[in-house]
Amino acid sequence: MSERFFPDGMPQPLADAITLPFWQAAAEHRLVVQRCTRCGHTRLPPAPVCPECRGDVADWKELPGRGEIYTYTIVHRPVAARQPLPTVIAVVSLEGAGGLRMTSNVVDAGPDEIRIGLPVEVVWEDMSADLAIPRFRPRR
Amino acid sequence: MPQRAHIVGVGETRYARWGKIGDVTEHALALQAIQNAVADAGLSIDDVDGLASFADDRNEAVFLAAELGLPRLRFGNMVWTPGGGGGCAAVSNAAMAVETGQAEVVVVYRSLCQGQFLRFGTGGVDASAPPPPRPPTVQQANSPMLASMGFAMPYGLIMAAAAYALPTRRHMHLYGTTSEQLGHIAVTFREHARRNPRAVMGGRPMTLADHQASPMIADPHRLFDCCLESDGACAVVVTTEARARDLAKRPVEILASEQGAPKGLAFGHFTNANIPDDLYATGCTEELAMRLYGKAGLGPGDVDVAQIYDHFTGCVLMQLEDYGFCKRGEGGPFVESGALAWPHGSLPTNTHGGSLSEAYIHGLNHVVEGVRALRGESTCPIEGAEVCLVTSAACVPSSALLLGRR
Repeated sequence: MSERFFPDGMPQPLADAITLPFWQAAAEHRLVVQRCTRCGHTRLPPAPVCPECRGDVADWKELPGRGEIYTYTIVHRPVAARQPLPTVIAVVSLEGAGGLRMTSNVVDAGPDEIRIGLPVEVVWEDMSADLAIPRFRPRR
Repeated sequence: MPQRAHIVGVGETRYARWGKIGDVTEHALALQAIQNAVADAGLSIDDVDGLASFADDRNEAVFLAAELGLPRLRFGNMVWTPGGGGGCAAVSNAAMAVETGQAEVVVVYRSLCQGQFLRFGTGGVDASAPPPPRPPTVQQANSPMLASMGFAMPYGLIMAAAAYALPTRRHMHLYGTTSEQLGHIAVTFREHARRNPRAVMGGRPMTLADHQASPMIADPHRLFDCCLESDGACAVVVTTEARARDLAKRPVEILASEQGAPKGLAFGHFTNANIPDDLYATGCTEELAMRLYGKAGLGPGDVDVAQIYDHFTGCVLMQLEDYGFCKRGEGGPFVESGALAWPHGSLPTNTHGGSLSEAYIHGLNHVVEGVRALRGESTCPIEGAEVCLVTSAACVPSSALLLGRR
């Protein structure tokens, strides 16, 4: 098992047939985003149709897992028992995805270290044998 | 020229803090508010033939119509825009109904007894509960909304105070906006609430120092940057120009209404990390604002008083920029200058105290106050006010009204 940052009681991801491949790849510690095979537009959350060209075929592009903080909030209220506080929730601009962003947490960082533009890298948290959550930590 | 819709009645129940109304159901409060608004108009419940609401209202129009004994229900409508973004849209839909003859008297209502239901911002999760017995795994989502929440919930992005902190933090980064500037908004609306006997927080003055000392909830949102959680209901009555002429109160004309979302907004910051960069640190309502002004042939300089949806102070500030009261990025200095303060500010705003200090009724109380402001009935009266802007929740699909004094 990888390092743990959050308790088991954290809300679990919900997925439908369109979004499930993201979580299946995550279980293998691969960060993927959906890419339109017609125009190359990447999108997250995954969706059935490309909002740019309306193409309905897409594949999954694996990303290097690096990025930088686009914006963030530092939350002082728990959603799960024994959750370490404060919690940093960040929107991360992902490298290799044409400016695409994802919501995640920044761990292993002091609140004073958190700033917009901070370079971060993915760290996988295995919540169970078949669930891994991509979180980020400062790139050092 | 089609008949222009008018608002002819407003009403509410008592407003109380979260969980303080337990002796009456939320549903019964809706009935009270509707009856109060209809009485204010000088109409009879028998005149009502339409009901409209928003925000996944639990209080279905068909039940309300049956319980009120409406002779007929010709129009029952709910806005398909999330949460507080749909309040003005519900009024807009009522206006469309009366202007096209689908109904003649439509009551827009909103009842919210949050204490009787799942608390907002918890996602149904009890933070003190022990972890689930089985190992965490991916759960089945049976709607696009839940599937997209799958990209927020595992990170703890569940409460609105955190979701709307994201654009506000970016606004601070881009333009140097400060927590003190946000505090000016909260303090100003509290001052207005102190004159309003309906306001839940009317008896609790707030200084900028109080704001700065209030606990951090989701940085940069302190407690006093967040709207109240309330119990209560309110309603407004919409009818035709012809019908409006000989009723009890001075009618207020709906000069223009708009609703909707710009490209790529989806549900807003909760589920969408990919709101376009040029929209991200805004209320996402600039386009809507321009359409609204264009319809009415008016501009921001024509607005005498405003009721701006205030779920969070930062969202107020970004809307002020969207609606053209100051340039992009200058919302901080604008609010710091006292512009929003009654009576001497250039744009007296939330003259009832808003959701930050009157009550959180999903912003339909802002429409009520907009009507009162133009009737001369506000507890912070603006002499000679002719045009009032009312907005619904920003940073999500939104809606807005320009109301005019007749």
